[in-house]
Amino acid sequence: MLTRTMLVAVGLGLLLSGCSPIQPWVKPYEREHFADPIMSFNRDPVSGAYFDHVFESREGARGATGGVGGGCGCN
Amino acid sequence: MQLNVFRRRVLTLLVLGVCTTPAGSGVLPDDRTDALYHRYQGGGITIQGPSVLVQKKITDNFAVNGNWYQDYISSASVDVKLSASPYKEKRTQESAGFQYLHGKSTYSAGFIHSSEPDYRSNTTYYSLSQDMFGDLTTFSMTYKRGWDKVYRDVKDTASGRISNDPSFGGFDKDGNPISFKDADHRGYAIGLSQILTRTLIASVNYEVLTDQGYLGSPYRKILYRNPGAALGYTQADQIYPNTRTSNAGSVQLKYYLPYRAALTGSYRYFSDTWGIRAHTAELGYTHPAFKRWIFDGTLRFYTQNAASFYSDLFPRANFQNFMARDRELAAFNSYTVGAGVSYDFPIPRNPWINRSSFSVRFDHLLIDYKDFRNATLIGPGGGFTVDNAPLYKLNANIYQAFLSVWF
Repeated sequence: MLTRTMLVAVGLGLLLSGCSPIQPWVKPYEREHFADPIMSFNRDPVSGAYFDHVFESREGARGATGGVGGGCGCN
Repeated sequence: MQLNVFRRRVLTLLVLGVCTTPAGSGVLPDDRTDALYHRYQGGGITIQGPSVLVQKKITDNFAVNGNWYQDYISSASVDVKLSASPYKEKRTQESAGFQYLHGKSTYSAGFIHSSEPDYRSNTTYYSLSQDMFGDLTTFSMTYKRGWDKVYRDVKDTASGRISNDPSFGGFDKDGNPISFKDADHRGYAIGLSQILTRTLIASVNYEVLTDQGYLGSPYRKILYRNPGAALGYTQADQIYPNTRTSNAGSVQLKYYLPYRAALTGSYRYFSDTWGIRAHTAELGYTHPAFKRWIFDGTLRFYTQNAASFYSDLFPRANFQNFMARDRELAAFNSYTVGAGVSYDFPIPRNPWINRSSFSVRFDHLLIDYKDFRNATLIGPGGGFTVDNAPLYKLNANIYQAFLSVWF
């Protein structure tokens, strides 16, 4: 009985802590590397979009690349 | 079943979003212009052309973007040689969009139009992204909708002129011919970008795409075994399903190395209702050097199994409801190895230009088909039969050169 009460209390505590403001564990002044262009997921968008099109036209898979796409050009 | 999984994931992320801290300020993309020349050459096909992208902030919280892209296609591919004639054509794609920043939320929308002689496409997209958890996390949702019209070009035997088949889409209720068939598309995507440590960032994406309408190619044919025919096979029209739904999930990691260089690794899993399962893995390395240079190297591996209605050679005519021989639906492994270099250079006496760079990139693509044979070699000329024709391999070179200006 006591164990169940403790479990409920711990569960409630975890639930409530989930809605408290989360403290960022990487502070803003520690993020200078992410401002470096080499850390961008899409450093050259015009080239990235072209690559997505090249592969999408020749492979069965598509999507989840972060781009939108459009049209065919499927030759 | 797959859509239920999608809904569950969306709900989980929305519940997380309820507990976020109050909004601050986000960032719009840099003002930049890119002018790219691209060239793809391999498998009897050459595709080349320009692409110009402009991104510009109009105010502190409103930006616009536009892209103009062209493909000049000259094709005598293995499919074209088998069931059609070599051709040349041009495809043009234009897109325009905007981004509006409000607090930590960014709203985006845009329109894409693509046109080629036998294909027209219009796509709209709407996207919302939200920075949260002290800007360690960015969550995004995108919805897109596409309306395509598919035509079939035919060659007039007398004049040699190529034009759209006037009755490719059948006839309306008054008996008037319809020259096209429709294909509609919907896409739902969610994404999460997460700073994990001071040197590691992750991006997770999930996308569901659904298509309805005419989804095949009007030119490509299936082959079925016919011992009475001179080559041992006969060609027939492909029959595709009218619907397709696909799910794709990906994770991408980027790590900053101690000596200013970056490592990228990504993986994507794909499945669809046509029975295709695919895996994509990619590794990249970026290395700045000599103050103004950035070197890139990438390796990409892709593998898929065949669609359930694909066959290189069907046993007989009308073998099953749906039949296709498009090699995009075959089983294959694909390998891409690429390298690129960018050079930052100053443009003197132009104070409005912050930065400018010139980049070149070369990639080699090898596709090793497991169940797609080179049927052009069947017969006395090639020396093979339907049973021993060699499996097809595609080797292609991809060239890019582009100028980027930040202003």
